[in-house]
Amino acid sequence: MADEEDIILSELDDEELVLQMHDDLYDGLKEEIEEGVNILLGRDWAPYDVLTKALVAGMTIVGADFRDGILFVPEVLLAANAMKAGMAILKPLLAETGAPKVGKMVIGTVKGDIHDIGKNLVGMMMEGAGFEVVDLGINNPVEKYLEALEREEADILGMSALLTTTMPYMKVVIDTLKEKGMRENYIVLVGGAPLNEEFGRAIGADAYCRDAAVAVQTAKDFIARKHNKLGAG
Amino acid sequence: MSDPLTRLLAERDWLMADGATGTNLFNMGLTAGEPPEFWNTDRADDIRSLYRGAVEAGSDLFLTNTFGGNASRLKLHGAQGRVRELNRIGASLGREIADAAGRSVIVAGSMGPTGEIMAPMGELTHERAVAMFHEQAEGLKEGGADVLWVETISAPEEFGAAAEAARLAAMPWCGTMSFDTAGRTMMGLTSAQMVALVDRLEHPPIAFGANCGVGAADLMRTVLGFVAAGPERPIIAKGNAGIPKYHDGHIHYDGTPELMADYAVLARDAGATIIGGCCGTMPEHLRAMRAALENRPKGPSPTLDEIAARLGGFSSASDGTGEDAGGGRERRGRRRG
Repeated sequence: MADEEDIILSELDDEELVLQMHDDLYDGLKEEIEEGVNILLGRDWAPYDVLTKALVAGMTIVGADFRDGILFVPEVLLAANAMKAGMAILKPLLAETGAPKVGKMVIGTVKGDIHDIGKNLVGMMMEGAGFEVVDLGINNPVEKYLEALEREEADILGMSALLTTTMPYMKVVIDTLKEKGMRENYIVLVGGAPLNEEFGRAIGADAYCRDAAVAVQTAKDFIARKHNKLGAG
Repeated sequence: MSDPLTRLLAERDWLMADGATGTNLFNMGLTAGEPPEFWNTDRADDIRSLYRGAVEAGSDLFLTNTFGGNASRLKLHGAQGRVRELNRIGASLGREIADAAGRSVIVAGSMGPTGEIMAPMGELTHERAVAMFHEQAEGLKEGGADVLWVETISAPEEFGAAAEAARLAAMPWCGTMSFDTAGRTMMGLTSAQMVALVDRLEHPPIAFGANCGVGAADLMRTVLGFVAAGPERPIIAKGNAGIPKYHDGHIHYDGTPELMADYAVLARDAGATIIGGCCGTMPEHLRAMRAALENRPKGPSPTLDEIAARLGGFSSASDGTGEDAGGGRERRGRRRG
């Protein structure tokens, strides 16, 4: 690109800069996102506002275009990577300032299943939406999910399976939660290529999420409902 | 001298490939998480039965039980040291069944994806991908595979790495990708882009196409996309037998043998030359497909509406090809690092 087309981030006003950061996230420009975050913080923006208005709002656009089949995995990975770089700057500041927490998710691929591309995408998009994500990796037995949910005081359990032979294991995890009287404490979301809504219902999950963007939206909806309930109760 | 698959393609208007490997093995008792490739040594008779099932149902070509037989996948089971052995034996069992068939049957050495994301997005370098595929290819070659059969690939870079591995192993090959995300591969490749990719490879495949994905209807749309792009090579269609459904703790695919028979004929009419099934496709499906291919006359290429009427609707409105290929986001100033 020619030099004259370059945009100098520090010369943009706040509104322009935030819009530019949305574009830069969309294009997966990690260094520009880091720069933008630092500029906004330098202008005395609250870390929470930088997170929500610049990063989360930008990732929402990425998520919507991923859902609509306009962006695909490579672009989303790059965008999530840029988001992560911005988050790394904000994370300690958010903790210091006691910013509101969106929610916490424990996520993992079920026992017997080693596929993790889809799960990783969900994790990244959830982080992109401001959730805290604890990633248990692949091949998780029921005990590992339960232990992590309790230890992390999580709100959401996310399970992924890519194989028709491993997806029934999700039911084992949900049934165990029920047996132990823990089921009502968590929002259970499931996903993976061979699944569908009917399956999600059949095994007793709260929702089946078709892709990472849907997972984020569903998680937000359930968390909002949970808060409303608490407020009303 | 040409290879056996090229010779067979020259003699015939269409060839029938096989059906599912995984679904069949699970019916024989494979448990979730167990690598199917271990059965090549541990339960060789079951693998012989798997291959024989396809041949007896009329397949002209079948895939070896080596889909996950690359170092990256086997490493998850601590078996990265067994790549050569498991592939060689998987292919040699196939050779044994094909040679006993009494007609020309092709042993296609299955090579699935590494499961890793390639650089720069992921960690897998081109060199390491080529090395892994090459190791697998040499095992398949040693065991007597006629061709390598690269399948269910999403990333063009990984497809290219497999092509290079086939060249290094001096083996003819076929390659199919899985178009499972809004009519594209997970990495966003359209059917038309795959045709362009195949045509510029230094060691191009004998035939190329689509496997797995969503359902038979989506796969047919992909085949039409290939044809529209004017490919130079035969097209492969290996679609799933419908969509997986959950019943009483286990999974079955809802595609009937009749539906798969319709699909096979539609695929041929659309311009596919090598036609088979993927997940959920059992010997009874293959028998119905073979009978339909033999008995029903070739018709005109089906339209999308006809495909939807016969096989069910599509998973997305567009597949990223043709008129509605655009759809990028309006953006502000462009900058690139």
